[in-house]
Amino acid sequence: MSDATPTPTATPERPQLPAQSPPVDPAETAVAGDKAASTGKLSWWRGDGGEGAKRNLGLIGVLAALIAVGAITKPDLYGDPTWVWNNVLAILQLASVVGVVTVGMTFVIIGGGIDLSVGAIVALAGVWCTTVATQSYGAGGMIFAAIAVGICVGLVNGVLISYGRLVPFIATLAMLVAARGLAAQISNKQTQVSTSTVINDIAARKVLGIPILVYILGAVVLAGWVLLNRTTFGRRTIAVGGNPEAARLAGINVRRHTMLLYALSGLCCGIAAIMLTSQATSAQAAMANLYELDAIAAAIIGGTLLSGGRGTIVGSLLGVIIFATITNLFAINGLSIEAQNMVKGGIIVAAVLVQQFQFKSFTRLLARNRLTTTP
Amino acid sequence: MAQPEEIAATGPADAGTQAPLVEAPADTVAGEVVLRLTDLVKTFPGVRALDGVQLEVRAGEVHCLLGQNGAGKSTLIKVLAGVHQPDSGQVEWRGEPITFANPQAAMRAGIATIYQELDLVDDLSVGENAFLGHEPRRMGFVRRGHMARRTRQILGRLGHGEIPPGRMVRALPAAGKQIVSMARALSHEARLIIMDEPSAVLAHDEVGNLFRIIRELTAQGIAVIYISHRLEEIREIGDRVTVLKDGRTTAANLPARDTPTRDLVSRMTGRSIEYVFPERPAAGPAGAELLQVDGLTRSGEFADVSLDVRAGEIVGIAGLVGSGRSELLETIYGARPAEAGTVRMAGKALRAGSVGAAVRAGMGMAPEERKSQALLLGEPIYRNVTLATFGRYARFGFTNAGAEEAEADRIAESLELRPRDVRRPVRTLSGGNQQKVVVGRWLLGDTKLLLLDEPTRGVDIGARAELYQVIRGLAARGVGVLLVSSEVPEVLGLADRVLVMREGRVIREAPAGELDENTVLDLVMAGSLMEGAPA
Repeated sequence: MSDATPTPTATPERPQLPAQSPPVDPAETAVAGDKAASTGKLSWWRGDGGEGAKRNLGLIGVLAALIAVGAITKPDLYGDPTWVWNNVLAILQLASVVGVVTVGMTFVIIGGGIDLSVGAIVALAGVWCTTVATQSYGAGGMIFAAIAVGICVGLVNGVLISYGRLVPFIATLAMLVAARGLAAQISNKQTQVSTSTVINDIAARKVLGIPILVYILGAVVLAGWVLLNRTTFGRRTIAVGGNPEAARLAGINVRRHTMLLYALSGLCCGIAAIMLTSQATSAQAAMANLYELDAIAAAIIGGTLLSGGRGTIVGSLLGVIIFATITNLFAINGLSIEAQNMVKGGIIVAAVLVQQFQFKSFTRLLARNRLTTTP
Repeated sequence: MAQPEEIAATGPADAGTQAPLVEAPADTVAGEVVLRLTDLVKTFPGVRALDGVQLEVRAGEVHCLLGQNGAGKSTLIKVLAGVHQPDSGQVEWRGEPITFANPQAAMRAGIATIYQELDLVDDLSVGENAFLGHEPRRMGFVRRGHMARRTRQILGRLGHGEIPPGRMVRALPAAGKQIVSMARALSHEARLIIMDEPSAVLAHDEVGNLFRIIRELTAQGIAVIYISHRLEEIREIGDRVTVLKDGRTTAANLPARDTPTRDLVSRMTGRSIEYVFPERPAAGPAGAELLQVDGLTRSGEFADVSLDVRAGEIVGIAGLVGSGRSELLETIYGARPAEAGTVRMAGKALRAGSVGAAVRAGMGMAPEERKSQALLLGEPIYRNVTLATFGRYARFGFTNAGAEEAEADRIAESLELRPRDVRRPVRTLSGGNQQKVVVGRWLLGDTKLLLLDEPTRGVDIGARAELYQVIRGLAARGVGVLLVSSEVPEVLGLADRVLVMREGRVIREAPAGELDENTVLDLVMAGSLMEGAPA
């Protein structure tokens, strides 16, 4: 934290020109720069892997604080290990569907975009896979339909954005409206019940005491982590979001990659649609309402930069779990959903403030805004 | 109030480090001194943009600033406009020492700046733009009628009463927008107006109108700092000239009309530091034909450009900003689609407008704007070095960070990158080392032709010499290099063959040995001298 202390040049008391900075030879400044860099003091804020890890530690701290609040308000419940274990599983299950959507959203945001249509895609995929016709092909047909619908709708988003040059916000906002409309049309505004026991069992069953939905979340998160951190696809995502011009001039096909990112988000929505359909044993056009906001919020408090180029899957997962824990905390204390939403809103704002106003830039801002005109 | 006096008298203690100031009696200007800069210094990481600037501007004069790209003109303007704050030195405004904390403070004090890229809001009206940020208002409501009246009045003063204050700025031609910018300056009651290459966006007859307006302004006692590369304009409109070079004033208050061109040019170029260029190979390069460009055209940028680069040859393009050289380079690279003409690599035509095709054919480019066009600043060095090649180390789509780091480290060693820690984020490197990362990117893999756009911009002297060595070393290995630089000595010192570009056309091609700096500079900037200026 040594760089949090204001440097002498930033002291605002002296309105004169900073005469204390002596003329420096360019060669010297370069050496000084090297020296400062080699001490590694910047890495706390801006390092590569280190930074994400540090930020995630902060999120775990938030999570611990939330659990502490739970333990204080309900000491009797938290004293019972069985209840605690079941509660943890409940939170993870609560987080699972939004968690899967958030993984796709994280890729899109790191790649410099945004996908407002995820909730609508989940609904459309859910409705599509529960039509009588699709259900006649059995569970396999339903899963295929949900995932295919998700990918196709994602591809439409991607083509509109990367080749049609629509702003992501507009394109996916239009898709949000259109996909929900199509879902309502297909379902005739009715709730479609899933008759497939295989599908319905996904949410109902546990393996080794852990719900299958939690395994699915784990698998998607793991796949997402590997994809982002260990593959060329992930590397391109960071490059395209971090500096699209540099990526283009390095020979990366920015448009095709942008399109694929939305397809990936659609794929995640297809998976989420199966999970959600299984949970409800039915699907309807209004399902997964406002999931886009939950997913974006989770990615952002997880440290994903809304301007692209930076973010972690683990951070997004922690973001989703934090939200689920808040919901759980308010539920066990019997508090209203309205209060819950207010706290969620506050947490989003706090997280973004922390991201944007890192201490250094904050002090610089203060110094700059001070009036320094001498009489 | 300070009386007019020679700037050298206030001159600083750092004599000996700079060329002696040339003084001329400023007999033509009688106004009082409104602005006096003494020993202004401004440093950015890795570069000393202003290194002791002296400037004296009097009321009612047109004071011209002359200097090559990178001489510090833009930084100087930004200091005066309150965008940057100087590290040391003094700004004296109407007799009082002053520092502008922000652009608003400079504007309130009466200094208005008209930037080259006009900072107007296209979708607001002429009047709203003129009074942007200080609209006349009553109880929180804009007094639209009053604003329109005052705008009309100011436009009338500028000789353009025909522009309706309610017209959207978007609908105006470039010259009209410039009038609006000037109206904004006048709406601030500016005492000093800084114009950064105002003629660059104007057609020939519009320039005459601009000069008429400038004369009317100065007749009202307003001082103008006028920046232009066109010497003939300076002769026509200017009263006095101050020449900047490498962030220093090399000549102050020269009479704009009578100073010989030769003197001005030598003041702009007089070397304070000799660049060290690597030796050219003794035998002339006779490599195979590598790049052939034929009749390449993009309207408004460049027209009918043909050139070729052989393996192992360094070809330099000299030209000013706006001469079309960067656009040409990007078009060759496929980053901009060509409208006509072909680009061939080793005889094979490349698909126009495809960077991927160019890279696959063996091209690599280090673009002009390192930070915005080439680097992922928050990402580690090795990932920036392998940005174009990480796929080659991957297997089944899985990246091989270990191999990438090892290769990047090898490159870092050969380029003497400092510090040589490839996991460090690129943003922690100095400008010169960042440039090495960009160049190093194309040393991996099988780059046959390297396009370098201003490779040493913002790079300090020591790192420059190293970069020159690297570039020459590449050529020695058979890589063809196409180099663009606005620093003429760099082009002459580094390249084997030189193309001179002006206004989108190649006007001269010759072996570097047959050209000297003044010749090239004359070609580059003062072609206008021949066409225009009777002086």
